[in-house]
Amino acid sequence: MAIPKVEQLRVNVAHEPNMFTGAIPKADWQDTFTEFKEGNFAYPAKPEMVDYHGFPNSRVWSPDEEDWKLPDNWETIILQGLKDRLGKFRSLKLYMDICVRCGACADKCHFFLGTGDPKNMPVLRAELLRSVYRNEFSVGRKILGKMMGNRPMTANVLKEWFMYSYQCTECRRCSVFCPYGIDTAEVTMMMRELLHLVGVGINWILEPAANSNRTGNHMGLQPHTFKENISYLVDDIKEITGVDVHPTFNRKGAEVLFITPSADVFAEPGIFTFMGYLLMFEHIGLDYTLSTYASEGGNFGLFTNNEMMKKLNAKMYAEAKRLGVKWLLGGECGHMWRVLHQYMDTMNGPADFLEVPKSPVTGTVFKNAASTKMIHISEFTADLIKHKKLKLDPSRNAHRVPTFHDSCNPARAMGLLDEPRYILDAVVPTWHEMNENTIREKTFCCGSGTGLNTGEIMELRMRSGLPRANAVQEVNEKYGVNCLANVCAIDRATLQPLMEYWLPNTSDDPMRTTDVDVIGLSELVGNALVMDGEIENREQGLRFEELITADTEG
Amino acid sequence: MATVEYAGSSYGVDEDGFLTNGMEEWNESWVDYVKAEEGITDMTDEHWKVINALQDYYKKNGIAPMVRILSKTTGFPLKRIYELFPSGPGKGACKMSGLPKPTGCV
Repeated sequence: MAIPKVEQLRVNVAHEPNMFTGAIPKADWQDTFTEFKEGNFAYPAKPEMVDYHGFPNSRVWSPDEEDWKLPDNWETIILQGLKDRLGKFRSLKLYMDICVRCGACADKCHFFLGTGDPKNMPVLRAELLRSVYRNEFSVGRKILGKMMGNRPMTANVLKEWFMYSYQCTECRRCSVFCPYGIDTAEVTMMMRELLHLVGVGINWILEPAANSNRTGNHMGLQPHTFKENISYLVDDIKEITGVDVHPTFNRKGAEVLFITPSADVFAEPGIFTFMGYLLMFEHIGLDYTLSTYASEGGNFGLFTNNEMMKKLNAKMYAEAKRLGVKWLLGGECGHMWRVLHQYMDTMNGPADFLEVPKSPVTGTVFKNAASTKMIHISEFTADLIKHKKLKLDPSRNAHRVPTFHDSCNPARAMGLLDEPRYILDAVVPTWHEMNENTIREKTFCCGSGTGLNTGEIMELRMRSGLPRANAVQEVNEKYGVNCLANVCAIDRATLQPLMEYWLPNTSDDPMRTTDVDVIGLSELVGNALVMDGEIENREQGLRFEELITADTEG
Repeated sequence: MATVEYAGSSYGVDEDGFLTNGMEEWNESWVDYVKAEEGITDMTDEHWKVINALQDYYKKNGIAPMVRILSKTTGFPLKRIYELFPSGPGKGACKMSGLPKPTGCV
């Protein structure tokens, strides 16, 4: 489906608040029904993907058809599923009970800001589930009933759950502003889990999850392909820098197992980030290995259900155990860190067979990872910089004027706020922060997280990414920012089209598609590293782009 | 699943118009069918070089190649590939060759 032109969409967001009905809803929210049309929903999961995971009710269906081909007793399945989860997850019960509908979250959601749809206010999105919860499970439900906004489980309610739980990226910006600390992402997660019980899910999540289970990574890269892709990157590094780097695969007895999203070994611009990792590991002589089995940092189980999240997460630890490494180092992934910091320990931990991560170069012990035994590449790199263990020439990034996009999960789920900034200070001559309400804990999502980075909902993605793009535009205009640094593979995949849409190329260079390049932080690190034995007066960056040298500056 | 009838062949396609059964169902008429949709007037040897490279790679790896690898095996810079297949290597060229869309963080 064609996406509206940028000027059209800009006006539309401001003046025509509801993307789906084309008007401000006049009826009560319970009497306003969802309308599925091409472009506002992600494709449903293919039957073979549903079967692969052992989920029920595999079939060909489409959300824009009236009949979703649900099992006959679907209401019973959903309500029983909700009851089971209320018993299992204390957080769910709490989040169902304590919301006072103060509305502090309402305008904090990028989906609400971009679509103008009231059901995208986090409070109302959660109310889609709460209204049913109260109707079935709350005390006094029989007395107050509809007056309290309670409602029975109907097909329309189910359709709303599908629409709005896949218009939430579980970014948790709303939770930062909630006076009760309600984690609205967990409400979305529960709605998605319940929908899978009756065979309602999207392909863009279930297929990568199936790939990850089968081949070790979302892309479906088999071991020989994974290895060959990296060998190409090794060749490129040699050509650009003159340096040989020496990654190893599945090597038993290595000190560290390094795991990153598989997009970093497949697609631009992630591959440049990966080249940055390779250069830095060579620079410090790290004793590390990659795995062709645990070849994925991301975990689409987080976007599916808790069992699958647990299963995919366990793969990393099984491989760490098999290889006999001491600890785990993780690359620039977003949601992997949500799983690692907030779920891993109770699902699969503690990882007692590993050691608390200790930098072999600086001796720093990362006690913050005492239980998971896994640290983030930015923590590791910032520590190296602090101890002056990296030889850096920031002028090699003189052609880059970055701003930093805090990726939702590293920022809000693990508090990785200062390390990336500390690294940026060391590897580029100059960089600029975006508006303070759009960074750090308050960062705006790329708009396409939680498996919503699929092409058929591009208009929705451009809308939900508008708040982020807006903040980038401001620093682009004010300071000439031409590069958007981040620490997440979904960011690298989704911010690129977002920038191409909202900040298209205005330069004379026809090969450029946007004024703001999207870049992984480790690419900037790698590009600034002065390596032993490198080419004298290196002229190219890791993308084969021309560097600004004393000569070109004239 | 939708079906496309063209030049005496019948093809099962997904929502984005990729062949549901991939290369099993692929034949030269499929290329002819997709080329119009992709805005390609005449198929040249260069187009076929890309298609053959994609199919050979897919048979060995079960996935489309990195763009870099496609560039190296065909000897075409990325710019040339986009000239040949205006909607890009991941969409137009893969669709035409009967490869599936890549998934994940891409």
